[in-house]
Amino acid sequence: MLNRLFVPLAVVAAAMFAYAPFMILNAPYEATMGLVQKIFYFHASAGMGLFLAAFVSGIGSAVFLFTRKPAADRVAVAGAELTVMLGLIVLVTGPLWARKAWGVWWQWDARLTSTLVMWMIFNAYLLLRRYGGPGSDRLAAAVSLFGMANVPFVYWSVNVWRTLHPTTSVIPSLKPGMRGPFWFCVVAFLLVSTLILMVRTELEKRRQELDELYLAVED
Amino acid sequence: MIKKAVYALLLVAVLGGTPAFAQTTPPKTPTAGQDDFVPVSAPTNANDTIPAPRLVAIAYGFIWVVLFGYLWSVRSRLGRVEREMETVSRRVSAGRK
Repeated sequence: MLNRLFVPLAVVAAAMFAYAPFMILNAPYEATMGLVQKIFYFHASAGMGLFLAAFVSGIGSAVFLFTRKPAADRVAVAGAELTVMLGLIVLVTGPLWARKAWGVWWQWDARLTSTLVMWMIFNAYLLLRRYGGPGSDRLAAAVSLFGMANVPFVYWSVNVWRTLHPTTSVIPSLKPGMRGPFWFCVVAFLLVSTLILMVRTELEKRRQELDELYLAVED
Repeated sequence: MIKKAVYALLLVAVLGGTPAFAQTTPPKTPTAGQDDFVPVSAPTNANDTIPAPRLVAIAYGFIWVVLFGYLWSVRSRLGRVEREMETVSRRVSAGRK
């Protein structure tokens, strides 16, 4: 079912990504930040994808730890790599926005620091999987759980602590001219993230099959 | 054993986070653009020293490069694994004959 839907969904996602810049260009400017606020449309969408990917990896890891199902492990690996990729987008586009809006590239406030820590945890997961040797899959799964546990902290940090970062109330209070392009970008990002997750999970499945083939050759 | 460790980790994460959320929110001085965005039809700070168009272009360019670069990387890794599988499968079937 999902395999049959992959190509049409990929076409839709590509079309949405091609059209999104035009919607963003036509969206109104923000009164105090001006043009640079338009980074928000992809930055916040990537942030939502980041949280979702972290949850996918964490839940996949939990299922793997309890059931030892290889399929859950494959999803966890794919989710972790997607988290790192989307985290890179968030952590690079954020400072580009901040340079103009706040006058600095980086501020060690709760939101920025907790996002960086979460991103580093998922990098640690991937490094463990790559260089950890036998048994590292279970250890990495625990690391992924820690990464997922960070998501609520990252999300609410802007409301609990004093930060420069916009609060979570920005999105529900978006005005109509900004709301449409924003949710369009969110759907585009979530669609692309889902497709990447599918392809990356398939890659992991093939890798496991290859390992089994090598074992068959050795036998 | 591992189940206990996972429960312990989750418990630590939940309990560790509780005091942070239980504390009273410090009084915030709302800054413009922090709690909501106010739309206007034209940019008001066009003569600023930091060039916003360049920052926006770099941000969107970076997103496209990372997204498509990552997709290309996954696709090429998948192709490499599939080629390797074909080679190994041939070796396995040749060994059986």
